[in-house]
This record gives sequence, structure tokens and C-alpha cells, in this order.
Amino acid sequence: MGKTLAEKILSEKSGQNARAGDIVIAKVDVAAFQDGTGPLGVKQLQKMKISKVKAKTALFFLDHAAPSPRKELSNDHILLREFSRKSGAKLSDIGEGVIHQRLIESFVKPGDVVIGGDSHTCTSGALGAFATGMGSTDVAIGMAMGKTWFRVPDTFRIEVQGQLPPGVFSKDLILYLIGQLGADGATYKALEFGGDGIERLSMASRFVLSNMAVEAGAKVGLIASDRKTREYLKSRGRLKDWRPIAPDKDATYERVIRINAKKLVPQVAFPHTVDNTKPVTRAKGIKVDQVFIGTCTNGRIEDLKIAAKILKNKKRASHTRLIIVPASKNVYLEAMKLGLLEIFVRAGAIIMGPGCGPCVGVHQGVLGDGEVCLSTANRNFKGRMGNPKGFIYLASPATAAYSAIRGKISDPREIFKKRPRKKG
Amino acid sequence: MVLKGRVWKFGDSISTDLICPGRYFHLRSNLPELAKHVLEDADPEFVKKMSEGDFVVAGNNFGLGSSREHAPTIIKLSGVSAVLAKSFARIFYRNAINVGLPLLECNTDKISEGDELEVDLSTGIIKDKTKGFELRAKPLPRAMLNILKDGGLVAHIQKHKDFKLD
Repeated sequence: MGKTLAEKILSEKSGQNARAGDIVIAKVDVAAFQDGTGPLGVKQLQKMKISKVKAKTALFFLDHAAPSPRKELSNDHILLREFSRKSGAKLSDIGEGVIHQRLIESFVKPGDVVIGGDSHTCTSGALGAFATGMGSTDVAIGMAMGKTWFRVPDTFRIEVQGQLPPGVFSKDLILYLIGQLGADGATYKALEFGGDGIERLSMASRFVLSNMAVEAGAKVGLIASDRKTREYLKSRGRLKDWRPIAPDKDATYERVIRINAKKLVPQVAFPHTVDNTKPVTRAKGIKVDQVFIGTCTNGRIEDLKIAAKILKNKKRASHTRLIIVPASKNVYLEAMKLGLLEIFVRAGAIIMGPGCGPCVGVHQGVLGDGEVCLSTANRNFKGRMGNPKGFIYLASPATAAYSAIRGKISDPREIFKKRPRKKG
Repeated sequence: MVLKGRVWKFGDSISTDLICPGRYFHLRSNLPELAKHVLEDADPEFVKKMSEGDFVVAGNNFGLGSSREHAPTIIKLSGVSAVLAKSFARIFYRNAINVGLPLLECNTDKISEGDELEVDLSTGIIKDKTKGFELRAKPLPRAMLNILKDGGLVAHIQKHKDFKLD
């Protein structure tokens, strides 16, 4: 009987015939922390008197507080810098970018097992890696021992057919799916995205789907490694890291959900849960105080290109602040080369250094009481952006950029209708 | 082990942002201070009102969101003896067991705020002394029960020098 992507990868890495429901001990290829979860992980290892790491690739990313806005966080950064120097782990210091963006750019390979002290570690699933978020103790022990335990998840196959219409993006697809499933609709499950609608998506678009798998409760968001994956790794100078990996045709799925991409419309997640999604037409006219374009969900160069296309020779509404945060240094450099940063600044945006920006409420754009933010991030929980009295709406970079100009939530299809997208 | 305490009732979808707000990110290396803000965005008065040994009782998908282990850690540090909910988010569930915070999955509809509960962790039997009814929690998977019995994941690994989940 055939295997799902999750069963295939976990079989390889555990040396067992891994089937949904089994408990396996699997080799860990990549173990990573960010600055919010790393300090607790390091302290657990110190408690156990462990000073060296065994995972093939062990990493610490300083991205949530980058640069640090407070002395307490600066001291956490000192702890992580010192531990990585002594333990053999790599350090990605402030300015390098968000953990998940850096992992896909430079570290994760198809078929890897990746554990990260951050729930959006599932982003790397789009490379065909079993990548999942865990807490500090699990990641610390996985990093130290080079292995961890998993319950092999049952899989929901998300079968997507057709091409997304102009003005509709993979962010809209995943928001729609989460709205359908609910925030706990896929708890403990693997989501496996496939079908011709996924095959035709760029890697940038696929990462958005995997990134948000956890918002339906899923453990991983997997996509087969194919020609597009190869092209992506080649563009990053990592062709040797590529290998094809796909689920078996006769794999067993707990559920198959079919989505016709052609019928989708732009989506908006309303406060305060990600599954509170509605078509953008139901959000039209909601006044926006702040627009945030960036994060591990939508801070890639493709996202910034779409935003720049919309913002070129335009100005943000006078009452709407516009914050743009490239997800990594590489994205920032490319945006600079392409002239996108100038377009943004002329449109009235403020550009922050690579990192998580205001997404987690640590710094750089905390909301005031009663304020509304339209964000390209993956979460809109109450208090998420530093103030429980703020209201966060989630949407695609196109919806966000167009809404920044209009000062209210707006339907990006109004502009894409006039300028049809090129094929491909 | 039998736990006794009063109920503090919460709704569905209590996220880790509500349990451990991002604006206290700088306190993550100061857990006793962070624990003073536990569940603050779900109920700003919770820490003032609760007493050692009390139970947090909630609806569906408790602990959804971020992987921050600080969330179950500060619930435990605040003195809460166990969390009862209809369902738990995956990462939170595993984290709670790792840090030794007992979780009980059961239908919490009939339990009200202020009820006195008696919870037997070894049998999963929950007695509502105020209302006089009994519930049975879904048993923990064996792998997790082994980790919890050892006192959390650090203690488990220290004891066995490896994962010993069977």
C-alpha cells in the first residue's frame, strides 16, 4: 500500500515502515530556534549539562526582536550568541532575516526532518520536508540528540485544480481553506497540497500555503518536490540539495478536499481568529490605520514585486501608515536592486530591517487602542500586535497594498482587471 | 494523584497570545514575572482571583497558535493544577506534557465557574463536587503518559538517556 509524503519521509528518517498513527523516533536534519524560544531551550540544555549539539544543522535566528528594543532581550541575544559559539550551532544575527525564510533559502532540503522552536516552521514543508513547530524543550533535546519522536500524522490531501484568477493569490487560497476547515479542523494532521493548481504555483506561492498549515491546527503542510523546487534551489546555488519526492499514487488519505482555484476570490480574515475569513467584498470600506506587508508568510521578493506594482507612482492614504519588512537580507538586497524600495518610500512607506517586524507585538508598529491593521502575516489573534485593543485583518500583499492607497480595505481585482497578469 | 480546586472558566480558542501576550516578550527569561500576566488578555483579573491548585477549564482548541512553551510553563507556575478542555492545540499539548502540566480532554460544557472539582490523574475521573456529577477524560497516549510520569521531557531523558516511549 502506498504512502503519503509524511509517511514516506518519516519512514526514511526512522528506518521503520512508518504508518499514520505509529510512534517513531526520527533523525533530525535541521533543528532551529528563534530569539523568543531559544533562551528557554538553551537553559534546558544547560540544566542537563549538554554543551554540544548533534543535529546535522543546528541554528539560532535573532529575528523577533531585531534589533532588540529592550535590555532584557539584548541579554537574551547575548545568551544565544554565546551558546551557539560554544555548542557548534550556527547563529543568524539580527538583519539576516526571519527564521523560516532563511531556512528555505539556505538550509532545508527535500526529504529533511526539520524541527523549529516556532509554530511556522511548517513553512519548509513546501520544499518536501517534514517540518514542524515544537516547544523549546522538544527542540533543545532534538538539537542535542539529533533525533526526536513523532506520532505519524494522518493526512488531509488538498487537491487544487485550475489557475487562480487575476488579483487572487495563494494567500487567498489558504485563507479560504482555513475558513472551511476551521482553526482546529486539521489538528494533529498533515496537510498535503497537490493537483495541477499547486504544480503551476511558484515556490513563493507554495511557501504561503505551507506556512499557514498550522493555522488549521496541522502539524505539517507538505508539497511534493518537483521541477519548480529544483529551479528554486538552483536559483539559490543549491542544485545539489535537490531530489524529487512525491506521495505514492495509492497513498491512503483520511480526507480529500478539492478546491477549484478558478472560482476563488480575494479573502480577508477578520479579527480575532484566522478562520474568521470572508470574501474581500464583505470587508470593503473598513477604514485602515496601518498596513503591514512582510513576515514569513508574505515578505518574499515576489510579494514585494506585487506590492510595488500597485504602489508605483501612488501614495498611501494620509491616515494609513504603511510598514514594509523584507523577510530576509537577500529579499532586501533584491528589492533594492530592482528599485522597489524607492517605489515604497515614495509611496509613503517606512521600510524596516529584515525580521519579524510588528507581527508578534514586540516592536516596530504596535497598534493603538481601537486601531485597525491590515496585515499580510499569518495570525490575527487578540493582542497579537502588542495591544489587545487592536484589530488585525489578514490578506494578500495585493489586497494590502491597494488598501493602503485607498485607506480602507479594498478589492485588488479592481486594478488587476485593467492590467491582466502575464501567463505563468 | 488527586487534585482539588476551584474552576475558572474560559471559552473556545484560548490562544497562546491570550495566555502569554507578545507584549511581555522581554519577560520570557524571567518566568516568575511573566507568570503574573498569565491569561491576562483572556481575563485581566485572573491572576488576582485564582488560588493555588485551581483549575483552568475551557472549550475547544485551547492553546492554539505559537509554539511558545512559556504558555504552559506560566500556567503551571501560577499555581494552576491542571487544564481541562474539550480539545487542545497540538504544540501546546506536547509542550504541557514536556513541562509537567497535566491536561484533561473532556466535555467541559456542564462545568461552571466556581465549581469545586476533584480530579484523579491516574484514572482521568473528574468529580464536580458542586453539581455532583462525574466525567472521564480521554486517556493520554502512552508515549506522553510515560513522559509525564517521569516529570516531563528533561527528567525523562535524564532518567533513560534516550527516548523510552513504549
